[in-house]
Amino acid sequence: MFVLRKIGLFLLTLWAAITLNFLLPRLMPGSPTDAAIAKLAQNGPVTDATRAAIEAQLGVPNGNILEQYFSYLHQVLTLNFGVSYTFYPQSVSEMIGQAFPYTVILVGLVTVIAFVVGTLIGVLTAWKRNTWLDALPTLTGSFASTFPYFWTALLLLFFMGYVLHLFPTSGAFGPTASPALTWDFFTNVLYHAALPSLTILITSLGGWIIGMRNAMINTLGDDYVTFAEANGLRGRTVAIRYAARNAILPNLTGFGLALGGVVGGSVLVEQVFGYPGIGFLLFNAVIGQDYPLMQALFLLITVSVLIANFLVDIMYGVLDPRTRR
Amino acid sequence: MTSTQNIPSVKAEITKPPSKFAFFTRSAGTLWANWKSRLGLIILACFVFVAIFAPLLAPYSATQDGFERNADASAAHWFGTTAAGEDVLSQLIYGSQISVSVGFIAGILSTIVAIVIGLSWGYIKGFGADVINFIVNLFLVIPGLPLMIVIAAYLQNGGLVMIVAVIVITGWAWGARVLRAQTQTLRSRDFVTAARFSGEPAWRIVFKEILPNMTSIIAGGFFGAATSAILAEAGLEFLGLGDSSIVSWGTILYWAQNSNALLTGQWILLFAPGLCIALLALSLTLINFGVDAISNPRLREGKSR
Repeated sequence: MFVLRKIGLFLLTLWAAITLNFLLPRLMPGSPTDAAIAKLAQNGPVTDATRAAIEAQLGVPNGNILEQYFSYLHQVLTLNFGVSYTFYPQSVSEMIGQAFPYTVILVGLVTVIAFVVGTLIGVLTAWKRNTWLDALPTLTGSFASTFPYFWTALLLLFFMGYVLHLFPTSGAFGPTASPALTWDFFTNVLYHAALPSLTILITSLGGWIIGMRNAMINTLGDDYVTFAEANGLRGRTVAIRYAARNAILPNLTGFGLALGGVVGGSVLVEQVFGYPGIGFLLFNAVIGQDYPLMQALFLLITVSVLIANFLVDIMYGVLDPRTRR
Repeated sequence: MTSTQNIPSVKAEITKPPSKFAFFTRSAGTLWANWKSRLGLIILACFVFVAIFAPLLAPYSATQDGFERNADASAAHWFGTTAAGEDVLSQLIYGSQISVSVGFIAGILSTIVAIVIGLSWGYIKGFGADVINFIVNLFLVIPGLPLMIVIAAYLQNGGLVMIVAVIVITGWAWGARVLRAQTQTLRSRDFVTAARFSGEPAWRIVFKEILPNMTSIIAGGFFGAATSAILAEAGLEFLGLGDSSIVSWGTILYWAQNSNALLTGQWILLFAPGLCIALLALSLTLINFGVDAISNPRLREGKSR
């Protein structure tokens, strides 16, 4: 019953997100055609015939808004998002298919590492409250979480890439490597992903530390923790088996929401490092006014984050029976 | 003869209602007592000072060019010059105006939206609340920066007004959710019931009776919103999606990357603007540590275990 209700809510949210993606360009002033014509108009007046030709070329949807909506839904369901303007004649789905795995590796790996490491440090800071073991991680973590992603990225790229030549300065794999399922290619990809991952890790770790610290301090005030201590259990047992185990649940809800922030950050990070993932593609689509690609990318990002949140929700229900009611 | 008794004049003890400022001075005192938020207030005050007195502090105008291009730090240009031959230090000083004002304006606006939606949402029951719940959750889940990028791409060259609008559209949901939870716990308190029985209209109960009890949470929401607004503004400017002709910390980095400051080795040009953004955001985060301690006593600096 719990799972069914969650699935229903998920489908409703999915529909709302897809509809929002449909409405967004229609709520905005101007249109792709206007933008293209504005460029042309700098060279002289634009006739109506040219306008019609541009609309036909861009595949501007016709018909009333309801017809447009249903043809859009059909496109989404068949994953047919048309042809990219800037990477003509490649289709949008093709472009996304190439970029998606890189971002999934980057964001997925970093988020899991940040969650595990951040939670462990958070447990430590709450347990050692008001000692230097608390102050140091809390302060450096909250300072680092205010670093703009692109700034950390630029600094790491400059010092580790350009000055020390320790890491490659752009791309997802070296010029001599060719995409194949070999060990060499795999390590090459990891080597190129190191600096982008480190950037995201530096910025996102602090949030997990603070979140876990606050949740843990709340559980440390509970009676059963005091009771466990009074029973003479070892400090480490009380901290990990009693307090942390209960504090990790509230922290887990942050997981889905944090993912949205990390995905947003990865747009900036990928742009700095020229890392050919979803974010870099989105940036290029925006700069090139490639509206079909941009809309499909935004939909993909939203739906991915929705699915991740849905999975966290289900997991939460499994871990904490109280939420199933 | 009637003796008139001298009745000692009763000194009427008028209990004055506490002055409105008493609350603020007490809150400020609590914030000042917490060393983290004290540090935050000091840093923030420095940035606000620099932003207000930028024309007096900056050695040159922000857009004055014609100096040697890509120069390293020197006595005339402490932080060097940009690729267009502008003084980096002057640009940094003027750039603080943009970040500080965008942070405050976007922070205040999204806090207002969060208050209006969060409180009404917490007070009403039934189908309406479910609908708002759904919309807020949708806005919470949609990744903010990609949404901002897409909206900014449609609103071509909107400048700062566009950036503030985009930040407010994408940034109110978190505050609304926190305020709603607090409203729900206050809704069943006796003073609210009393106000309802005395016939006060719903909007008055929500905004006159419930709202004043949530000042610290609202303040926390404001500082959080301002922090993300400052970071978002810098991010959009860095991607070149704002007005790249204005001088802000984000555009300094945008031009630095586009003019290959990485290759010319001008590390100050890369380092200084980002550090300013991080410090300004840090000051607000630090203040929020103190605000959190006001709203959640368990987080107050207690003894170590």
